[in-house]
Amino acid sequence: MEGTVEMGYRARLRVWRGDADSGELRDYEVDAEEGEVVLDLLHRLQATQCPDLAVRWNCKAGKCGSCSAEVNGRPRLTCMTRMSLFGEEETITVTPMRTFPVIKDLVCDVSYNYVKAREVPAFSPPGGLEPGEYRMHQRDVERSQEFRKCIECFLCQDTCHVIRDHSENKESFSGPRFLMRVAELEMHPLDSHEEKGGNRPEEARGDHGLGFCNITKCCTEVCPEHIGITDNALIPLKERLADQRYDPLGRLFRRKNR
Amino acid sequence: MADIESHDYDVIVIGAGGAGLRAAIEARSHGLRTAVLCKSLFGKAHTVMAEGGIAAAMGNVNSGDNWQVHFRDTMRGGKFLNNWRMAELHATEAPQRVWELETYGALFDRTADGRISQRNFGGHEYPRLAHVGDRTGLELIRTLQQKVVSLQQADHAEHGDYEAGLRVFAEFTVTDLLLDGGRVAGTVGYWRESGRFVRLRAPAVVLATGGIGKSFKVTSNSWEYTGDGHALALRAGARLINMEFVQFHPTGMVWPPSVKGILVTESVRGDGGVLRDAAGRRFMFDYIPEVFKDSYADTPDEADRWYSDPDNNRRPPELLPRDEVARAINNEVKEGRGTPHGGVYLDVASRLSAEEIMRRLPSMHHQFKELADVDITSERMEVGPTCHYVMGGVEVDPDTAASSVPGLFAAGEVAGGMHGSNRLGGNSLSDLLVFGRRAGAGAAEYIAALGGEHPEVSEAAVTDAVNSALAPFEVTDTRGQENPYSLHAELQQVMNRLVGIIRDGAEMCSALEQLAEIRQRAARLAVPEGNRQFNPGWHLALDLRNMLAVSECVASAALRRTESRGGHTRDDHPSMNPKWRGTLLGCELRDGSVEVTEHPQPPMREDLMRLFSPEELGKYFTEEELAVVRTPS
Amino acid sequence: MSAPTTTSALRRVRTLRTDRWWLPPLGTALGLGAFVVYGLVRTFMNQWYWVPEYHYLAPFFSPCLSDACVPGASHLGTPFPDLAPWVPPPVFVLPFVLGFRLTCYYYRKAYYRSFWASPPACAVTEPHRRYTGETRFPLIMQNVHRYFFYAALLVAGVLTYDTVIAFRGPDGGFGFGVGTLLMLINVVLLWGYTLSCHSCRHLIGGRINHFSKHPVRYRMWTLVSRLNGHHMGLAWASLLSVALVDLYVMLIAAGAFPDPRLFN
Repeated sequence: MEGTVEMGYRARLRVWRGDADSGELRDYEVDAEEGEVVLDLLHRLQATQCPDLAVRWNCKAGKCGSCSAEVNGRPRLTCMTRMSLFGEEETITVTPMRTFPVIKDLVCDVSYNYVKAREVPAFSPPGGLEPGEYRMHQRDVERSQEFRKCIECFLCQDTCHVIRDHSENKESFSGPRFLMRVAELEMHPLDSHEEKGGNRPEEARGDHGLGFCNITKCCTEVCPEHIGITDNALIPLKERLADQRYDPLGRLFRRKNR
Repeated sequence: MADIESHDYDVIVIGAGGAGLRAAIEARSHGLRTAVLCKSLFGKAHTVMAEGGIAAAMGNVNSGDNWQVHFRDTMRGGKFLNNWRMAELHATEAPQRVWELETYGALFDRTADGRISQRNFGGHEYPRLAHVGDRTGLELIRTLQQKVVSLQQADHAEHGDYEAGLRVFAEFTVTDLLLDGGRVAGTVGYWRESGRFVRLRAPAVVLATGGIGKSFKVTSNSWEYTGDGHALALRAGARLINMEFVQFHPTGMVWPPSVKGILVTESVRGDGGVLRDAAGRRFMFDYIPEVFKDSYADTPDEADRWYSDPDNNRRPPELLPRDEVARAINNEVKEGRGTPHGGVYLDVASRLSAEEIMRRLPSMHHQFKELADVDITSERMEVGPTCHYVMGGVEVDPDTAASSVPGLFAAGEVAGGMHGSNRLGGNSLSDLLVFGRRAGAGAAEYIAALGGEHPEVSEAAVTDAVNSALAPFEVTDTRGQENPYSLHAELQQVMNRLVGIIRDGAEMCSALEQLAEIRQRAARLAVPEGNRQFNPGWHLALDLRNMLAVSECVASAALRRTESRGGHTRDDHPSMNPKWRGTLLGCELRDGSVEVTEHPQPPMREDLMRLFSPEELGKYFTEEELAVVRTPS
Repeated sequence: MSAPTTTSALRRVRTLRTDRWWLPPLGTALGLGAFVVYGLVRTFMNQWYWVPEYHYLAPFFSPCLSDACVPGASHLGTPFPDLAPWVPPPVFVLPFVLGFRLTCYYYRKAYYRSFWASPPACAVTEPHRRYTGETRFPLIMQNVHRYFFYAALLVAGVLTYDTVIAFRGPDGGFGFGVGTLLMLINVVLLWGYTLSCHSCRHLIGGRINHFSKHPVRYRMWTLVSRLNGHHMGLAWASLLSVALVDLYVMLIAAGAFPDPRLFN
C-alpha cells in the first residue's frame, strides 16, 4: 500500500436529485483523491457544487448504518464503498434506496422499519432473577450476539424483493431485519416470552410474514456486517416453526429442548 | 407563531445517545410524559462508535476490584481535577447500571462461569470493561433503544398509543431553549426533513447532546458533535466548566486521508497491541511520567508477563491514560520517527494469532480491511492522535445533574466535572448510564417540587428563535455572503492547528483573534441553495453558531490555564501546578461574548482522600489541602 | 436506459446494476436443466444399471425395489411389482431423492432465482405482479423438508452399502476398480450434502436454546454448522458426482469400455 500513491482524478457521478414527486438523475464531475469512498465524493459535491444535496450520514466508519443508498444499482453503505472499486472513466450512479419513499435526493423515509420494530415483543426478563444474577454461557449467547451486530442500515430491507417489488406486502411482512430480531429473542437463553404465553416462531409467521421469505439470500449478500441472516436467523426460525406447525410426527416424539 | 406545531411534555430530553435514552427511560418510569429529540435517526447516536466497553467494578474477572479502586483510577486519570462526588457516584453505581442493561436484553461477552466478562483498558487497574467484542457502544445504544420500544409497547397495551408516555422525535434539531423568568419553559426546534418549526413546552429539559469534536479537523466524532447542548446551555445562562480539557485519542487512523481521525479502539492495546516507531522500536517505555512510575513496567519483558500474571508484574506503558499516550505519539512523529503517513505503528499482528484477532477485534479488522486495505492479522496499523472527547461541559449538581438554570439538566459528555482533566477509556459509557439515570430522576424530582405550576412559553421568544434560525435564508445580497462549508473548514483548521493537542499562549491568542473574525463573518452566513426541506447547507449554518461559541470557550479557557494537565498540554507551561488543581475555569456568556472566570474546586471528602496514600496525593495537592490526611483519623 | 424524471419512473427502471447480474442465474438454470434432462433420459432408458461382475449399481437405480429390476440388482428385495415397461424401478425412489433436493433451502434459492425469477438477481425487479412466497399451497409444502431429509438419510445409507459391496472382484474376493473409487467419492459427497442440510443442523442441535446443557449435541451442531457453510458447494458437487457415477456405470454395463481394475 505504501508507495502506491495515486494521483487524484475527476470522477463522474450521476446522482438522483429530487423529492417525492419529481426529480432526475443529474451528472456531475468531482475530484476524487486516493483512498476515498463514495460518501467523500458526495460531501465534496455538497461543499463545492450542490450545497443542498441531501445525504444521511453519521460515523463514516461503517458503524452507524446511516449512509445507505444504491451505487450502480446495488444497495451499499456509501461510506464503505471505495472509489477504487470502479474504473476512473466509469460513471457511478447513486440513487436512494428503492424500497422506501424518497424524501429528498438520497434521503428516504425509513419509518416503515421503526413501525415494524415496535411490533416485535421486547425481551421479556426472566422472573426470579435480580439484576446481577443473570448467568449465561458464551456459547448460549453467541447466536443472538451475531444478530445484535446489526447496525440497522436497512440495506437488507431495501434489497428484499418481497417488499422492494411488492410494496403491498409491507403491511404483512416485517423484512429480514425484524425477522432476525425475532430469531435473536427466540434464541436468547433467558427470554421468558414463552412462559408468559408468547410464541415467537408463530408470531414470526403470523405477525411478521416469515412465509413470504423464499430464502433467496439477497439480505445476506448485502449485509455490511456479514451477518448470516438467512442461514443463521431466517432458516432456523422456519425450522423452529416447522417443529411446532408442520411436523406432526416430530411433535409426537419430541419433548421441547430449551 | 400561533400556527406552529406545538407539543406539551413533562420532560424533554435533547439527544438520543446513551445518556439521553437512559434519562428518558428514567423520566418515563417516574410516570412523566417524555419527549426525546434527536438530530439523527433513532439508534444512530454517536454512542454506537464506542468500542471498548463499559467500566464498572463488578469484579467478575479479578475479585480484587471494587468501587474504591475504580474511584482511585478515575481520579488519577483525571489528574485529581475531577468532581470527586461525581467520580464517587459513578464508581459506586456503574455495576448496577450495567446489570440493569441485562434486564433490558443486552448480551455481553461472558466469563467461563457465565457472568459478564471484563477486559483490561488504559488506566484501569483491573480488567473492568464489560464488552461485546469491539462493538460495545452499538450494544448499549441498541439495548436502550429496545428498552424505549418496550416501554412504548407497554403504553400501547394500556392506552392504545405507542407514544402516550414516550415519544422520539427523530431528525429533529433544537435551536433554542425557552425560558420563563430564568426557568426552563421549553424548546424550539425544527424537523430536518421539512424545515418546519416546532414549539415544545416542558418545565424540565435534559441536555444529552454529546461533544464538540466537529470543531476540530481531525476527529473521531460524527457530524452531530457540534456542541449544541454546550451552546444551548451557555445561551440559557448556565456555566460550562473544564472546557480547556479536550481529549485526543492516541490511536486514530491516519491513512488514507479521507478516514483520518476514525477511531482505532483502545482494546487493541488492552488485548496486547503495542506501539512502535518507524524503526520498529517499542517507544512507550520512554514516556512513563513520574506519577505513574510505580504501576507501569519499564522493560518489555515485565510488560509482556503482565498479560498472564497481572498480580506480580506492572502494566505495559501502552496502557497509560490516553493523554500520556497521545503526547508520546505526537512527540515521536515530531522528532522524525513516525511512519510515512505521519503516525506510528500499532502492532497486534505480531502479538496475537490471526484467529484471536478476528475473535477479539472483528470490527477493527473489518474497518482496516475495507477502508485502508490493511489486514491487521498480518500487517501493522498506522495510527495517530485524533480529537475524541471533551471533558468540559455544563456544570451540574452531582446528585441530580441539575445545572444552575432551574429546570435544565445535563448528562453524559455535555456535562462537565466527572472526568476532570482526562477521561479514562470505558468511563464514558458508564458515565452516560449513571448520570443519564440521575438526570431523569433529577428532572422528576424538580417537577414534583413545582407542584403543577409550570413555566409559560412566551410567544415573542418563539418568534425570535424561529426568525434567528431562518436568518441564513435572508442573506440575499450575494456579495459578502459566507458559505457554511468553507467557514466550517476554516474553523476546524484554526482549532486543530492552534488549540490542538499541544498548545502555546501566543498561538491561542492568534486563535482567539481568528475565531472573532470568523464569528463576524458568520453573521453573513447564507444558505447557498435550496429551500428548508432537508437542506444540509442550512443545517450546517445553524450548527456553526454553536461550534463557534464552544470553540471560543475552549480557546479562552485554554489560554487562561497556565499549566499542563491531562487533556490540556502547554508548551509554554509544561508542568502540572498543584495550585491549578484546586481551580476550575468557568465559561459563561455575558452580553453575547464568552467570559472565563476562576472558581475554587470543592475540597474532597476526607474518607475519599484517605483512599490514597499521602505520598501519591502529595504529587497533586497543595500542602494546605493535604493537612486533613496528614493527621491520623 | 432513458433518464427517469420522476421518483416513480426511477422505480420502474428494472435495475441500475451495471454488472452481468444475469450470468449466475443463467448458469444455475443450465446446470439444473442438464441434470433433469439426464435424469429423465436415464430413468426411462431402464437398462445398463447393474454390472454383476463388479457389483456396480448405478445410483439412479439404487435401491432397486421392483420386480422389473435386473437379477442381482435388488439388494433389499423387491416389494413393488413390475407394473409396466414405462414404470421403471427408479420411480419408487427418485421422488424422495428429488424431493430432498427440491425442498432444500439451497436449491430453493437457486431455482426461485433462475427458473422463477423471483428475484432473478438481487436488486433486479422480478416480473411477477403478485408475490405470496411460501405462505400458501403449494409452496407452503417446502416446510416438510425434514421428512425428505429422513428419506435421504436412508438412501445415503443404501448407497453406502452399494459402495461397500462394490469392493469386490469378479471372483467374489476383495477388489476394486476405478468405478468403486468413483462410487466412494460420490457417497462421501452425498453424505456431506445430506448432513450439511439446514434441517439436519436444526434437528441435531439448532433447536436447543441452552447449548451449555447439551455439550455433545452442541459439538455435533458445531460440526454440522461448519459443513452447512459448504452446503451450496456440496449440493453441486454431489449432483455432479451422482450423474457422473451413474454415467460411468451405464457405460461399463453397456460394455463401452472395461472398468480399469486397480486391485483384483
